[in-house]
Amino acid sequence: MAFNSAAIEEFQDIWVFCEQRDGKLMNTDFELISEGRKLADKRGCKLVGVLLGDNVQGIAKELGGYGADKVIVCEDPALKVYTTDAYTKVLCEVAMDKKPEVILIGASNIGRDLGPRCAARLHTGLTADCTHLDIDMNGYLTYLKEGSTIDVDSVKWNMEDVNLKMTRPAFGGHLMATIICPRFRPCMSTVRPGVMKKAEFNQAKADACEIEIVKPTVSDADIEAKVLEVVKEAKEQVDLIGADVIVSVGRGINKDVEKGIELAQQLADAFGGGVVGSSRALVDAGVITADHQVGQTGKTVHPKVYVALGISGAIQHKAGMQDSELIIAVNKNETAPIFDVADYGICGDLFKVVPMMIDAINAAKASK
Amino acid sequence: MKIFVCVKQVPDTSGKVAVDENGILIRSSMPTIINPDDMNAMEAALQLKDETGCKVIAVTMGPAPAEGMLRELIAMGADEGILISAREFGGSDTFATSQIIAAAINHVGVEKDDMIFCGRQAIDGDTAQVGPQIAEKLGLPQITYAAEIKKEGNEVTVKRMLEDGYMTIKTHTPCLITCIKELNAPRYMSVPGIFECYNKPLTVLDFEALKDEPLIELDTIGLKGSPTNIFKSFTPPQKGVGVMLEGADKATAADLADRLLKKHVI
Repeated sequence: MAFNSAAIEEFQDIWVFCEQRDGKLMNTDFELISEGRKLADKRGCKLVGVLLGDNVQGIAKELGGYGADKVIVCEDPALKVYTTDAYTKVLCEVAMDKKPEVILIGASNIGRDLGPRCAARLHTGLTADCTHLDIDMNGYLTYLKEGSTIDVDSVKWNMEDVNLKMTRPAFGGHLMATIICPRFRPCMSTVRPGVMKKAEFNQAKADACEIEIVKPTVSDADIEAKVLEVVKEAKEQVDLIGADVIVSVGRGINKDVEKGIELAQQLADAFGGGVVGSSRALVDAGVITADHQVGQTGKTVHPKVYVALGISGAIQHKAGMQDSELIIAVNKNETAPIFDVADYGICGDLFKVVPMMIDAINAAKASK
Repeated sequence: MKIFVCVKQVPDTSGKVAVDENGILIRSSMPTIINPDDMNAMEAALQLKDETGCKVIAVTMGPAPAEGMLRELIAMGADEGILISAREFGGSDTFATSQIIAAAINHVGVEKDDMIFCGRQAIDGDTAQVGPQIAEKLGLPQITYAAEIKKEGNEVTVKRMLEDGYMTIKTHTPCLITCIKELNAPRYMSVPGIFECYNKPLTVLDFEALKDEPLIELDTIGLKGSPTNIFKSFTPPQKGVGVMLEGADKATAADLADRLLKKHVI
């Protein structure tokens, strides 16, 4: 069987699917555009944002400020709210017409709905929830030298390989796998929110960004799964990804859950303000809501300070926090794996140690 | 009316896991379990069976030992099991896997009143791709991240979770829905179910059984038909071991604060 997607030499440029909700761009869009810019520079191609919605042209140029050369805007009332059917149809049709080499999509609940459906329709590969991307071999080998236990210099590599190298955790973070899609295009990847670093916004580049309007052929009749309503939950979500200080709690607070969470918040405040995170165990037990969860199935964070209180440090948890700038761990068990990634460890009862830490930090700050 | 529930036997990644010197996972170091989200999909199907008396079919692709998992699901309440298993199917990525499972479901036949339930994602790969890709290959509407499912006649209404709230989505059967743990609490196997589970039908679909399905082509299944390949797998290095501070008293806390002050962290 022959597939259009197999004519790989016809495909060029790197695309980022830019998700909007209520006509507002998502933070992930800026992260992916910033990362896409680096890849496009290495590949010597254009970086193009693709924005679907209704009346969204006005927000498109902002993407240029983070590095997009061009934004393709597809507007239609049928695209106002995300639906699998309408968005898949439009994104696939535009992609087959213009033939991008790469499509990056944020791994949000919407991106993870859209990505697989599009990849299946386009007959191409999709790698889920990537945490690292490279296109040139030099960049990839630099990454492997720091991020793996492979003796990079002793392996023979094909330095000409220009497939997008998509790295992601597997088996709950026990293993990292770099995936390629060598025979089909576009090469597709969903990228984990909060992992790629957002570039500095540049107004001049935003002003210079080219906008291409593409009139999509889509109507309500294409939508088989219809959205009746979109409801924002009133409860405030904790902003783990934006926080400079995160104090996370785990099973070790079970003795007195309320007190444990209160101490964590007080410790975060002593550091000058921060938020409370948690391990998966407490979320599964219903002690704390899922928006607090750090780890492979929760959020990936890299704050300036990460404190783990009563968290043993299962690999899933470490996968979400080990790139924090400074890690402090308090745990009763001196063999807890969390100490393997901690800069400072204290073996003791967190209910006793944390109040002393708060006092000592406040005293140290006062002595400055 | 029947409900296909797609399930996967996965290594339990929550425990200790061994990796060999080449960075390859030692699979036998992990016990296998039924993928947690798939249990929610099964429970959702069984609740509809309780209401309507519909038929529930557990479908899995994997090696022969996955039969044991299907028997457990039958003991929970499923009416039959389908094991898709062949050497030709080995090494499939999500694209090729969905191609094969869609072919097997099509082989059994999807009727107007039917539904397909999947777990949101499996804990070994965390991709969440196979469900939507089965839907695409069968040309069915999909709803992912389902936290509530209501079915009236041929209309299905689902509460679909977003990071900051939810959508209410309405579609029609046949359709595919992926389920999250907020949907329900899976039931246990029943004692009569355990007694009867070996008397209920369990079909093995191999390459020979599926080869005439339009979705099955040698260049769309298995390792050869998978668009994605593993370029390299590796283990992340352990971060350099930090400092264990002596004791757990006021002096320890003061020592920590002093170090943080010198690093300008506080």
